[in-house]
Amino acid sequence: MAVVAADRAASERRRGHRTHRPGPRMRRADHVAGWAFVSPAVLLIGLFGLVPVVWSLLLSFQQTDLTSPGTWTGASNYQKMVHDPVFWQAARQTLVYCVLFVPITMLLAIPIAVLLNQRVRGMLFYRMAVYVPLVTSTVATGVIFSWLLNPQFGLVNAALGKVGLPQQGFFQSTGEALPAVVMMTVWGWLGFAVIIYLSALQNVPRELMEAAALDGCGRVKAFWKVELPLLAPASSFLLVWLTINALQLFDEVYVTTKGGPLHASTVLVYYLYQQAFVNFDGGYAAAIGSALFVVILAVTMVQLWLSRRASHYEVN
Amino acid sequence: MADTALTRSMGRARTAERERPPHRRSRRPSPLHLVLIPLSAVMLAPLIWMVLLSISTEAETRRFPPGLPHGIHWQNYTDAWSQGPFGHWLLNSAIVSVACVVGNLVLCSLAGYAFARIPFLGNRVLFVVVLATLMVPFQIVMLPTLIVMQHLHLTDTLGALIAPNLATPFGVFLMRQFFTTVPKELEEAARIDGAGRLRTLASVLLPLMGPTLATLSVLTFLNVWNDFLWPLIAVQSPGNMTIQLGLQNFQGQHFTNWPVLMAGTVTSQIPVLVLFVLAQRFFVRSIASSGLK
Repeated sequence: MAVVAADRAASERRRGHRTHRPGPRMRRADHVAGWAFVSPAVLLIGLFGLVPVVWSLLLSFQQTDLTSPGTWTGASNYQKMVHDPVFWQAARQTLVYCVLFVPITMLLAIPIAVLLNQRVRGMLFYRMAVYVPLVTSTVATGVIFSWLLNPQFGLVNAALGKVGLPQQGFFQSTGEALPAVVMMTVWGWLGFAVIIYLSALQNVPRELMEAAALDGCGRVKAFWKVELPLLAPASSFLLVWLTINALQLFDEVYVTTKGGPLHASTVLVYYLYQQAFVNFDGGYAAAIGSALFVVILAVTMVQLWLSRRASHYEVN
Repeated sequence: MADTALTRSMGRARTAERERPPHRRSRRPSPLHLVLIPLSAVMLAPLIWMVLLSISTEAETRRFPPGLPHGIHWQNYTDAWSQGPFGHWLLNSAIVSVACVVGNLVLCSLAGYAFARIPFLGNRVLFVVVLATLMVPFQIVMLPTLIVMQHLHLTDTLGALIAPNLATPFGVFLMRQFFTTVPKELEEAARIDGAGRLRTLASVLLPLMGPTLATLSVLTFLNVWNDFLWPLIAVQSPGNMTIQLGLQNFQGQHFTNWPVLMAGTVTSQIPVLVLFVLAQRFFVRSIASSGLK
């Protein structure tokens, strides 16, 4: 949401919208009313959204179990992080997860969105089928996929057997645990990407497609030459939005693999959780959190740059 | 301007649909069904199997290859409900979600209105600060928040789950966006007649806020209802668990008893699924306008 908000606010500023004009029209009653109206929300957001950021940074320079007062230890948590092979393994696996999850979700979503944009009887049902995993909770998703991907009696191994492919270990195999998590989360997020692409497709002006058809452009060629380039803003949004969420993967890992086997599916946030609430090393967890924050900020900056670049595709 | 284009398109999509000439239905079914049916089957399969497993016997969930259950075994549901306080967890989730929805509706409307309409000192700076908090990942906020909860004596209570979500930066942003689109003349008439800000908000603007408030409600409800990480660290006793945390706890104790576990899982999903089926179109618009999950 950060990205959307910052971006929309920026665009508004550029277009010169002003919500109010400061200066002579400012009145004392307005100051009082303004502060009275915003303070409940602003205080809550400050207490739970802003203060903790600074606090977390302070925690990262302490040795603390989060329940009793900590002791200052300088940059030792960061030194530990740099030399911790499991941290780097978690960072690497988070990267691998992002690199698999984001493109797979986006590449599957485009053709599905095109399909769901056709006028066919029963489309409401088809769309609902694609969207419904979106409201399924991560815990329920994890429970269901634990059975579907169960090596002994799961549905997926049965299906693989039917077409003559070898049985897989999925969550119980070091090599397949992370790909299995990817499979599960793609199912959960696909509907989101489809919704974004579908609304972008519905926004393609009909005149453009008609003009393409008049120029002798076939349906397939029109998709590649007209519709696909117009999906660029949606793609840049999804790229960043999915990446930011992929970097924060936790629930599904916690419910299915608990980071295992042998750390094979330990991602950054799972490692952070383990440090804070299994090893009671809150300071180290905060340091890992800072690293995560820096990466997310960098991705957000890329979004702003990308969206500026992509904006010349916009027809409106 | 990716996102502006997107969000604008949300609203326009519906008008565009209406403008299209009436579709002449062909008598023969479209060949697209040949792709759409398998696609839906793949997307729905996990949920269909969830339901099938929840009415199977234990032996049926462990045979290979898996097949349809031979009869409907409702007993799994009564077993699940007697072995885990699912009713209680659902109630906790409902209390927490509804409290957060109400909090957001009231507090974000007030703040959004003031940010959009009242030229008070510090307006712009405060709003930028609120926006900036959107960029902070929850995982770094949660550690100090836990300490805050200890100081407030709220750990392991429903209050710990409600307080951090009572007002959200996205809610403030959404409401402010809405109020900037409302013509000023509407409220000016009321103000000239002597109505105060609050009165104007309640009597003139509230009737116009329906769709935006509904969007905010759906987003807040889904986010809070499906939240897992914060309840996991903030609540320990089973009596204070939400349905998601309860289900995960239940899974830890019954991981070998698939039918009962699936009955619990179905239970946890029913409220949201019912809401989704009833208001699909609306859910989709809300989700598209935000970036949920």
